[in-house]
Amino acid sequence: MSTLAIEGLNVTLGRVPILRDVTLHAGPGEWLGIIGPNGAGKSTLLHAACGVVPFTGTISLGGDRVGALDRRTRAARIALVPQTPSVPPGMTVIDYVLLGRTPHRAALAPETCTDLAVVRTAIDQLDLTRFARRTLTSLSGGERQRAFLARALAQQSDIVLLDEPTAALDIGHQIDVLQLIDRLRRELNLTIVTTLHDLTLAGRYPDTLAMLAEGRLVALGAPRDVLTVEIIEHHYGTPVRILHDDGGIVVVPTPRLSRR
Amino acid sequence: MRTAAQERSPHHDEDHDHVIVPSTLRRSWLAGAVALVIGASLLGLMIGPVAIAPHRVLLELIDHIPGVHVHSGLDTYEANIVWEIRAPRVALGLLVGAMLATAGGAFQGAFRNPLADPYLLGAAAGAGLGATIAISSGVHAGSANATILPLAAFVGALSAVALTYAVGAASGGDRGPASLILAGVAVASFLTALQTYVQQRNASTIREVYSWILGQLAGATWRDVLLLLPYVVVSTAVLIATRRSLDVLTVGDAEATTLGMNPRRVRVIVVIAASLGTAAAVALSGLIAFVGIIVPHTVRLLTNHSYRVVLPLSFLGGAAFLVLTDLLARTLMQPAEIPIGVVTAFLGAPFFLVVLRISRADR
Repeated sequence: MSTLAIEGLNVTLGRVPILRDVTLHAGPGEWLGIIGPNGAGKSTLLHAACGVVPFTGTISLGGDRVGALDRRTRAARIALVPQTPSVPPGMTVIDYVLLGRTPHRAALAPETCTDLAVVRTAIDQLDLTRFARRTLTSLSGGERQRAFLARALAQQSDIVLLDEPTAALDIGHQIDVLQLIDRLRRELNLTIVTTLHDLTLAGRYPDTLAMLAEGRLVALGAPRDVLTVEIIEHHYGTPVRILHDDGGIVVVPTPRLSRR
Repeated sequence: MRTAAQERSPHHDEDHDHVIVPSTLRRSWLAGAVALVIGASLLGLMIGPVAIAPHRVLLELIDHIPGVHVHSGLDTYEANIVWEIRAPRVALGLLVGAMLATAGGAFQGAFRNPLADPYLLGAAAGAGLGATIAISSGVHAGSANATILPLAAFVGALSAVALTYAVGAASGGDRGPASLILAGVAVASFLTALQTYVQQRNASTIREVYSWILGQLAGATWRDVLLLLPYVVVSTAVLIATRRSLDVLTVGDAEATTLGMNPRRVRVIVVIAASLGTAAAVALSGLIAFVGIIVPHTVRLLTNHSYRVVLPLSFLGGAAFLVLTDLLARTLMQPAEIPIGVVTAFLGAPFFLVVLRISRADR
C-alpha cells in the first residue's frame, strides 16, 4: 500500500512546463529527499502526487493509479504537509488535527470514537497534549510544525509528503523535526518524501536523494553519490566544498567574497 | 464503575474536560441561545404601541397551551392584536433573522472571507431591482402587491446570484472563491445602477422603494410566515449540515483537496441553499443589512470559531437579534416606526465593536 511510483511525469501550468519526464520511486519505510534550486519543480512534484495539480504520466500509490482513485481514497493513502500550511484563526490544535480524519468519514458524518482515538494518539506522538486546546496561532513555529505533522499522521496514510519541513525553523528545531520524522517512519513504516533546501540535512536523513533542475531529474541515488562538488556547482551555480564526518556529508558554500 | 450520582455530579463537566475533545456545541451555549430566543419572542409579544398589560399577554399564551385553561382577561380586540399583528411579526422576525445569520455564517466559511454576508453574490441588488420594477410599474396598486412585489424580489435575487455564478465560474477556472466574490461585486454594482435608473425614472414611487429597501417587518401576516417557513427550514438545515465541511475549508481549497474534500462542491451547495433562503427572506422583509455579518461574528467572539458551533448558534442568535431590533424599531419613536435595517446597523455596529473589544481584551 505504501509504495509511491512516479513514471514519466509531466506537469504544465498555464503554458509553462514545470516538470518534464520525471521517474521516481519510494518504497515502504524509505525516505526520499528531493533537492534542487528554486523553481526546479520540487513542490509541484509533491502537489501532483496528491492531486492538487493536473499532470500527465503515471503516479501510483500502492499499485493504484492516482487518477483511478476517488478523492477520499487517495487522501487516505497519501498526506501532504505544505511548505506554509494555512493557519485558520481561532482553530484549536485538536480541531486542526481532527481535519486529518476527513478522508475517513463520509461528507456529513460526525467523527467516531476511532477518529478521536487516532487524533489523540497523533497528538500524543508529537508531544502536543498540553497544547491540544490552545489555538494554532498561539503556538511557536516548532510547535506549529508538530501540529501540521500531527494532522498528517491522523490521516493514517502510509505515504507522507513534506514540503520544506524545516524552512521556518532554527537549527535546533530543524533537527528536532527531522529526528521526529525519522522516528515516526521507523515506528509506522511510513514512506517519506521531503523537499529540502539544506543540503547538509539532505545528506544526513534521506536514504535516497533526487535532484531536480529546470523540471528534469538530473541526479538520483544515495546522498554521497548525488551530493558531489561537480553536480552541486553545476546546478546551483555556486562553488561549494564537501566535507565528510562520521554522521554524513557537510556541504559548505564557498563564494568568493570581496575583502575590504 | 461510575454510579448514577457521579454521572450527575456538578463536577462531571470538569472531569470530562481532562479528556481532550474537539470543539462542540456546549449545552450551556445552546441553552443560553434558546433562552434568548424565547425571551426575545415574549418581549416582542408583550410590548407594542397598543398598551396591553404584559402579564395578560403571558396568561393569554399559557391559555393556548393544549390542556391548560386560564383566563387572560384580554378582549377580542386585544387578543387579535396579540395573535394577528404581534405574533406573525415576531414569527417572521425569527425566520428572517435565523435565515440571514445562518446564510452569512455559511458564506463566511465557504468563501473564507470574514466580510461575506448573505448578499455577497448580488442577492440584495437583484431583489432591489425586482422590487423597484414591481413598485414603479404600478402593479403595486391594490391587493396584487402582496403577491407580485415579493415574487419580483425573489426572482430578482435568484437571477442575480445565478448571473454572478455564471460570470464568476466562467472567468474563475481554478482560482477559487476570489473570482466569484469579484463577479458578485460587479453584478451588484450593475444591478444597483439599473435599479437607481428605474427609480429615478419613476420619481413618484421613490419613497415606497426606499422604505422597502431599508426593510420592514410591519404588516407581517401568518400567510407570509407560512410562505417563508419551508425555505428557511430546508435552507438552514442544509447549511448547518455542511458545518464540518466548512471547518475543513478553513485551510483553503488546495489543502482541503489533499484531505479528500471537494471544495467546489461544498461551495455550490452552500450558495444554492443560502441564496434560496435569502431570496425568500428578503422578498418578505426587504433588505435588512448587517444581521448576516454581526451575528456569526458575535457568536465566534463569544464562543468558538468552529462552524459546528457558529452555524447552529447563528441560527438561534439571528432569530433573537432580529426580533429584539424589530422591537426597538417599533417602540423607540412611537407611534412612528424606524426602518429595521436602520436599527440593525445603528445599534448592531456599536454592540459589535463592544464585543470585539471585550473579546480582544480577554485573549
